[in-house]
Amino acid sequence: MDKEQDARDIAPVLARIESEPYYQTVANEVTLFESACRRRLPLLLKGPTGCGKTRFVEYMAWRLRRPLVTVACHDDLTTADLVGRYLIVGSETVWVDGPLAAAVRAGAICYLDEIVEARKDTTVVIHPLADSRRMLAIDKRGELLAAPDEFMLVISYNPGYQSVLKEIKPSTRQRFVALEFDYPAAEVEAGIVAREGGVDGETARRLVKLAELTRNLKGAGLDEGASTRLLVHAAQLIADGVEPAAACTAAVARALSDDPEMTATLDDLVAAVF
Amino acid sequence: MTAETRKLFADELRQRLDELLFASHSHRSSKTLADGLEKLARAQQERVLHWTGVAAQSHAELGYHIAALSPQALSLLDEAGYEAWVLAALDLCDREGSLAAMALLRDVEGFSATREAAPATARLADLEQRLGRFLQGLSGRPLGLAAAAVAHTDTQTVFLPGELAALSTAEENRRLYKATAALLWAQTRYGTFGSAVVDVGALLARWPDRERALRWFAALEAARLEAVLGAELPGLAAEIARLRGPWPPAMEEAARRLGRADAGVADTIAVLDELMAGDAEPPPLPHAGAVDLEAALATRAARMRRETEVVRQALAAMKGVGGRKASGASAPLAGTDASKLEVSAAGEMSELPPDAQAAAQSLMQDLGELPPEALVPAGHIEGPWHPDEDAAAEEEAAAARHAQPLRRYDEWDYRRRAYRRGWCHLFEVPLPPGDAGYVDTVRQRHAAAIQRIRRRFEWLRGEDRLLGRQLEGDDLDLDALVEAAGHRAAGVEPEARLYSRRLRNERSLAVMFMVDMSGSTKGWVNDAEREALVMLCEALETLGDAYAIYGFSGWTRSRCEIYPVKGFGEPYDATVRGRIGAIRARDYTRMGVAIRHLSGLLAEQPARHKLLVTLSDGRPDDHGDEYRGHYGVEDTRRALQEAHERGVRSYCVTIDRHGADYLPRLYGPARYTVIDEAKKLPLKVADIYRRLTS
Repeated sequence: MDKEQDARDIAPVLARIESEPYYQTVANEVTLFESACRRRLPLLLKGPTGCGKTRFVEYMAWRLRRPLVTVACHDDLTTADLVGRYLIVGSETVWVDGPLAAAVRAGAICYLDEIVEARKDTTVVIHPLADSRRMLAIDKRGELLAAPDEFMLVISYNPGYQSVLKEIKPSTRQRFVALEFDYPAAEVEAGIVAREGGVDGETARRLVKLAELTRNLKGAGLDEGASTRLLVHAAQLIADGVEPAAACTAAVARALSDDPEMTATLDDLVAAVF
Repeated sequence: MTAETRKLFADELRQRLDELLFASHSHRSSKTLADGLEKLARAQQERVLHWTGVAAQSHAELGYHIAALSPQALSLLDEAGYEAWVLAALDLCDREGSLAAMALLRDVEGFSATREAAPATARLADLEQRLGRFLQGLSGRPLGLAAAAVAHTDTQTVFLPGELAALSTAEENRRLYKATAALLWAQTRYGTFGSAVVDVGALLARWPDRERALRWFAALEAARLEAVLGAELPGLAAEIARLRGPWPPAMEEAARRLGRADAGVADTIAVLDELMAGDAEPPPLPHAGAVDLEAALATRAARMRRETEVVRQALAAMKGVGGRKASGASAPLAGTDASKLEVSAAGEMSELPPDAQAAAQSLMQDLGELPPEALVPAGHIEGPWHPDEDAAAEEEAAAARHAQPLRRYDEWDYRRRAYRRGWCHLFEVPLPPGDAGYVDTVRQRHAAAIQRIRRRFEWLRGEDRLLGRQLEGDDLDLDALVEAAGHRAAGVEPEARLYSRRLRNERSLAVMFMVDMSGSTKGWVNDAEREALVMLCEALETLGDAYAIYGFSGWTRSRCEIYPVKGFGEPYDATVRGRIGAIRARDYTRMGVAIRHLSGLLAEQPARHKLLVTLSDGRPDDHGDEYRGHYGVEDTRRALQEAHERGVRSYCVTIDRHGADYLPRLYGPARYTVIDEAKKLPLKVADIYRRLTS
């Protein structure tokens, strides 16, 4: 049947992670995740950008051998984008699951990244999934999808944003077990930067020092300090032969701000460390 | 030789000078001035006339001085130097008055000499923000930055000289600022003022020649701190070393001994003991600041008292008020200054609230450990304790003094192509309670119009709309689908737009109405403005947009006033209606400062779109002729640009028939409306708003 073939082609692909993603355990997050998974509890990850939330979820999906469905939320994300919609194939309509419905059916881990970016009315669709009902209502098909035990819902958000518009509603928040992420302690972070960026320990240590200096500027001209991700980028440039100060200017200073005064300060900080 | 390049003759110059200096009180003849300028090239003549005019706007005598001294100045200084000379005088006039400025102008030789000797001065004012952030980056707690004759720190504020010219280029001097500031921060951070174990005050008190001891101490600490910085911030240490050059012979031995990353202040004291036994004086070190031990110790003690109390209170709260005191009496501390501090109480690791954590970190920086009294929870708390009670009391006192403006705003001087810093003094003045009945009268008079406005705005309130025939969407569009099926059956290529999409209409809009309350609005214009506000309030209440109304007026730069009618948070109630009734014509229209203040308030609103609507009756104007004309238009334009940069869009509704002459330059060609008759304003304004926001 061509039509069904077409429908399969456009349905979301559930990827399994084959090789172990690098993740450095910081505290008890792995045990907590496993425990929540066993108890079928949804999980909320909070933390600044680039501190390893997404990597952690990938690692856990690999560890638990579940497919992972990641949705990057944005302010135009509608319920249909998550749950699914009818599409026209040939002269007929075909139902295509959205990523959330697909994850429920397959018993996957569904990771909604930056949930606060999604519209408030979209967020509500996950409510019945995130409490003891564990149901997803697909109104258009009149279908009530019960989640298998393997299904797990994980959402993340960055509490650092100052905007009052980007807050997570208590009714959503209180359905989740919350795990707080932060940049790891200096030695641990240096280890991560050295491992991921392929630089020696001393360079990694200095990169982490630079990050610490920029994080001191949070709220004083910067919304956020340099994330671990930025440090890894800088480290990768250095490992590739770029001169350290130039690498930091490009990967850290310019990535953090457009304001000329602020970039000048960041350049000063880069010069202080390298 | 064309008319543009030929020199001006004395009589022409004299005529131009008379125009520029008409307000000068000196009865000196402009003939002497003109004779002096006659021999200059035309370009130079024009430059002198330009700056004479600029200066005369600030102070007529200043203009006279510039015209008189320019020939000499131009012979001594190059083009940039000449401009710097004039601008320095104008700046000084703003800050300290015309007498100081004229003294500076008269000393043109001295100015030229300093400029030649130090062609590359770096100024603190230019670097303040950058240095301040640099220090905050280093320290993690905000450090103040202020000008003082000698570089030093009291642990809370880093004091730096207003100008640095010790090195040969401006860039080098800027780096010197950075090095000095970093070393001063390091004094606080790395124990120059002692710790729980080393009492620097007592150790230095042993020397009868205290001044000499402090000078040596400062020099030695500069050497030690440079090495300490090298461990964490090698780039900075290398830069400091490069700027200072090789150590002078008198310092060599000491620098070698203190040049270890782990040297402490006790090591410095040991070296100091030996040096003080001799009678050598410390060599001058341009990069090292002085040490002001008394100020530092006093400030630090006060801060530590405050922070100890904050930590203590937080611990007490954490363990329950009056709770098990014994368990926390000797709570050990885990963690380092950089990582999150955790206090172990009764075997549990519990986290301090952020303010207490900041206080604890700050204490760790000062002392290297938390003082034991911080770890003893208060037995009981007598009422809420506010760490910054003093500051609050001070603010109150300042408010009581009346003369203190709410804020000072910079103003753009187009002739200087620079801001006049802190030029306008802004006051927020409450309107007297007015007659709320006024609004009701207006409502009755315009009942039909209000009905119409409400109906229109209700429509605009924007419920969700369903968009058909989309390329993608949440749902199928059945009409489109049926049509496409028909087309296909007929062998025609079917349309691909088969979906429907729900468009949610989220009006995320905050609007600020800035109402001209200048004297020229007296009478029917003022009435029209007030009626227009009533209509707008009706419309906006229907619509549900966040809105605020502020009036503005004033009298010269030292009394710019803002009259709150309705804040964003306030409901449209009897008080607000009373204030609308109380809007009266007052003084002048200094627009720039009002725009700066109100767009600042507007920028704080969380809405996605921010709109500043000015209701006015004419061009910017103020008492005296400075703000009138081009200056005021340019400052207003600048203020609107600043607002735009902050995400505020502006629009102007005016009843000035000549508005079209200057409004396009201020707001842009499509961002204003001129209403030809004041009485039409109330009926039109709601429509204008509707057009603007739909």
